[in-house]
Formats: sequence, structure tokens, C-alpha cells
Amino acid sequence: MSDADNYEASTRGGKSDSQAEFEYEEKGLLGRIHSILHHSPALVPLIVLVLAVIVFGLLNANFWRVSTLSLIFQQIGIVGILGIAQSLVILTAGIDLSVGAMAVLSSVIMGQFTFRYGIPPSAAIVIGLAAGTAMGALNGVLVAKLRIPPFITTLGTWQIFLAANYIYSANETIRSQELDAEAPVLKFWGSTFEVFDARVTYGVVLLLVLVAIMAYVLRHTAWGRHVYAVGDDEEAAQLSGVNRSRQLIQVYALAGFFCAIAGWVMIGRFGSVSPSASTGQLGNIQAITAVVIGGISLFGGRGTIVGMFLGALIVGAFEMGLRLAGADAQWTYLLIGVLIIAAVAVDQWIRKASA
Amino acid sequence: MSDQEPILKARNLVKRYGRVTAIDHADFDLYPGEILAVIGDNGAGKSSLIKAVSGAVVPDSGEIWLEGKKVTFYNPIEAREAGIETVYQTLAMSPALSIADNMFMGREIRREGFLGKYLRMLDKKKMEDFARQKLSDLGLMTIQNINQAVETLSGGQRQGVAVARAAAFGSKVIILDEPTAALGVKESRRVLELIMDVKSRGIPIILISHNMPHVFEVADRIHVHRLGKRLTVVDPRKCTMSDAVAYMTGAKEPDPSQQAA
Repeated sequence: MSDADNYEASTRGGKSDSQAEFEYEEKGLLGRIHSILHHSPALVPLIVLVLAVIVFGLLNANFWRVSTLSLIFQQIGIVGILGIAQSLVILTAGIDLSVGAMAVLSSVIMGQFTFRYGIPPSAAIVIGLAAGTAMGALNGVLVAKLRIPPFITTLGTWQIFLAANYIYSANETIRSQELDAEAPVLKFWGSTFEVFDARVTYGVVLLLVLVAIMAYVLRHTAWGRHVYAVGDDEEAAQLSGVNRSRQLIQVYALAGFFCAIAGWVMIGRFGSVSPSASTGQLGNIQAITAVVIGGISLFGGRGTIVGMFLGALIVGAFEMGLRLAGADAQWTYLLIGVLIIAAVAVDQWIRKASA
Repeated sequence: MSDQEPILKARNLVKRYGRVTAIDHADFDLYPGEILAVIGDNGAGKSSLIKAVSGAVVPDSGEIWLEGKKVTFYNPIEAREAGIETVYQTLAMSPALSIADNMFMGREIRREGFLGKYLRMLDKKKMEDFARQKLSDLGLMTIQNINQAVETLSGGQRQGVAVARAAAFGSKVIILDEPTAALGVKESRRVLELIMDVKSRGIPIILISHNMPHVFEVADRIHVHRLGKRLTVVDPRKCTMSDAVAYMTGAKEPDPSQQAA
């Protein structure tokens, strides 16, 4: 409370004395923490993650083994990629409930095109990626052109894509042996290589690369700055020369593309092409959880991909750490719930005092 | 002034919204180097008129000339590219983004060579230096941190950044829409000084304002808009504020002796 008062007082001082002069006043400890967090909101999840790794390691030393840590990375592989898609959309002040459904439908398209139509698997992958992009673009057009709120749009397309997935696949799973025999490339991201004494999947490497690329794009390209501008103040962005509709459609389409990549990674992770993969139902909630814990504001315009990645790691660390500590799995959900609320409370605090 | 050619000229502009005529055969003239205030009652159509010359509204008929050349703008970006910058009442800035980000929104500078061409990397340093330079040109420069988020600035500071952005890129005309409406007394004063500063650099300004003391303080000529068209253009040195308000509201007929030359 006191920091907010100080903050207001300092702005008032600035108003009356000078027009564009900036005064550096002592803000007190809380005020300083606030301005640091305002500048780098990803610090919160970073601190939480470091604490979690320390505490879980103290509870069970196995947690610190490279193989355990590598397993955590593998477990967040799909959620992490869906989280990139979700981050892009949420940064524009939208939300995408259809990410998991797009991933499952894309993976089913990759599998069915290979096995039902006999198309070479690499071509089927390209078709699957294109299909994911098209699904995302559909979301984008509905949001940008028809101005249907993102929540409603993707609530609808989530059901549509998921149902289409069951209808098209006839709820038929393509099993691991078939994949190994005829289309091993579909399982590529599940194959492993060795680092120290741990096995790491290529899917994990892919996640790291995608996070790095998107962090760069958002921070260092005009397109990335426009994502933030559209989410921050749509009207202002439009008047400043950002094409709002085009930007939104591109963001949703790119999100669809990332979901299709996640669909491909799923085939490797689960070892099969399954239309009933839980990602279809839960992927959106998991991705939103990572995004929110990662410090991206649901109101748009604030946060980073790296924050989302840390958020996904926190979820992974809690799941693994509590299991190793022998706790009931429900404790994981309970604590994740607490983290979500805490993260949003911190975001409110950051935004409130900055207005 | 009348011996000069207007830098921005409009004739017979018409804009209808259904049965409402927002602009009714309106004329408009802005001369080089001047501050032209546009006043008018609410609903007189002054903002429609300004939107027509800034590209935000496409008139149904009528013609606009910029530096003697006929122009047609279909959106604000086209007007901006032609050298007409508008500072909207809402300022059109993204609060969470930095001063530098905001100044270059929609016209970012990329790095040279491979990084810029293929990786499309922005030249942040160049943009920051430019922004810092432009702010200090206008005496706004005590800004230490050009990467400061705009939302951490006071209202007057934000207005200052918006005006600096317009002055930095508006090569021909700057339109200011109610720049002092949201500000306190001292901050308004700063912004008026800033407006005079921009004028002294030779850039003509269109000032839309409800604040008569501000209008009379800075304007060279005052365009009075009434019922969708230009009623008269008065000279603030020959006309009182109450007369101007009377013309605006239709309480009094314009007096030819008060007209601007």
C-alpha cells in the first residue's frame, strides 16, 4: 500500500515541476522490487523455480540427478510448445482454448494421411503442419474480422476440431509397431541421444530452440513488438500504423502452426497416433497454466516466452518433486492452483501501480 | 498570409452518415508556418473535418490539396506517409511499451546487413538515439531512460512524447487534437510552450481545442466551424473570446472586420 502511495506522489511531483523530467526518488524496498518486476516480470517464476528445485532436492536427493531433470524437460515438451502458441495469443489479449484440439487433430492428420492414403510420411507431416496453421488462421479470422471474442471463438473451435478429430479418425489409434515399420519419421522427436548419463529426446531440444526463436522474434523484430502493441492497446496500435486484423490473424495462424508441431512431437512422446490423447481435452488448460504462472498477463501486452517456459518448468518440477517426495498426486494440483492465483495476484499488483 | 498558397487546402468536403451530414460543403485552409485553431460547438463537425484531412475519414465528395497537389487519403497511414502527423486525443500510445518503441511503432528501423535483412532484427540503438535526439530537440530531454514504459510517465510527459513523435516525423503538417484537455494548469502550460516550439521550427499546426484562452494564446488564425462548415476565420487579435464563442454557438453573426486576412 505504502509503495503505491509513494509512487503516486512521485508522479504528482513530476507533473507540477516539469513536463518531461524524470525524477529518481527513493522508492523504498517494495517500490524498487515493484519497478524491477515491472521491467522483467519473468523474475517471479525464475525465483519460484529455483526455490522449488532447492526444496525438492532437499526432500529427495534423487531430484537433483541429471536423469530426473531431463525427465522433467521431456514431460513438459508438449505443454511447452502449446504454451508458446498460447503465449502469442494471450499477449494479444486473447485466449486460445483450441490449442490441444489443434495439436491432436494435426497429429491424426499426419498419421492418417500416411496410413490411409499412403502419402509419404514427410509429406503427411507438411500437410499436418499446414492443417494446424489453417485451423489457427480460422480462429484468427473469426476473432479479427468477425470480432467474435477469442474465448467464445476458441471454445467453439475447440469442440469442432476435437469432434472432427474423432469423426475423421473413426477413433482409430495407429500403434507404435506400425509407425516404426512404415513411418519412423513421425516418431522422430521421441528418439533420444545421451548427455552425461541421461537420455534426452530431440523433442526437448526442439522446445528449447523454439523458445529461443520466439523470444528473439518477440523482442527484436517489428512483428514481435506489434504483438505486444495490439495486446496492450488495440486502438493505439491501429492508429500508429499496425494492421490490427492482419496481426491477429498471423498470431492465431502461427499459434496453430506451433500446435501442429506439438502434435508431431506428441506422436514421438506417446509412441502412437491417438485421437483420444488427453492433450485434446487438457492441453489448453495446461498451456494456460504455464502461461499464467510464467507471468504473462491475461490482459495482454505483458510478459515473455521465457517466462512461460519457466512456468511450464515449475509445473513439471512440482509434479516430479512431489511424486519423489511420496506425496499424493492431488497435492500437485492443489499447489499448482495456489501458484496460478498467486501469479495473477502478482500481475495485478504490477499492473495496478504502473497505471 | 493570404498572398501565400495554403500548404493544406480543402474545398467542398462532404461527409454523410445516413441522414446526418457531418461535413456540409466545408472549406479549409492552412498556411505555411502558422498555428490554425479549429473551434466549434460539440457536433459542429470539426472532428469529422479534421479526420477527413488526416485520412481517418474518407469524404463522400470534395477535394484536398497538399502543397498544391491533389491528394486522397484512405487511411491515417497514407496521410502520415504524405507528411501529415496527428496527435490524437487518446495519444495512441501503448502504455506498457517503451518511449522508443512507441515513437517508432509502425515504422521501425531494422539493422543493416544480414541481421536486419534476413533475421529482421531491429536496430534498437539507432531508434533509441533518434528518440533521445528528438526529445532533446524539443527541450523534453531529461529523460534518462528512453526504455521507460510510457505508463510510468505523467499525462503531460506522455503528451510531450506524442508531440515529439509527431514533430519527428511530421514533415509538413501536425494536427493536435485537444492536447491540453486532460492536463492540469502547469502541464498545459508546458504543452503550449511545446506547441510554440514546434511552430518555431516552421511546421504548421492545426490545433483543435475547446479551451479559448489556450486557443487565443497560441493561434495565428481561428477557424470557426458551425453546422458542418466553415463559418468564418477570425484573427485572434481583432476578436474577443466571447465573440468567438458567440459565432461558434450561432448567437452572433460574424463581423467582417474581425476576419483574418
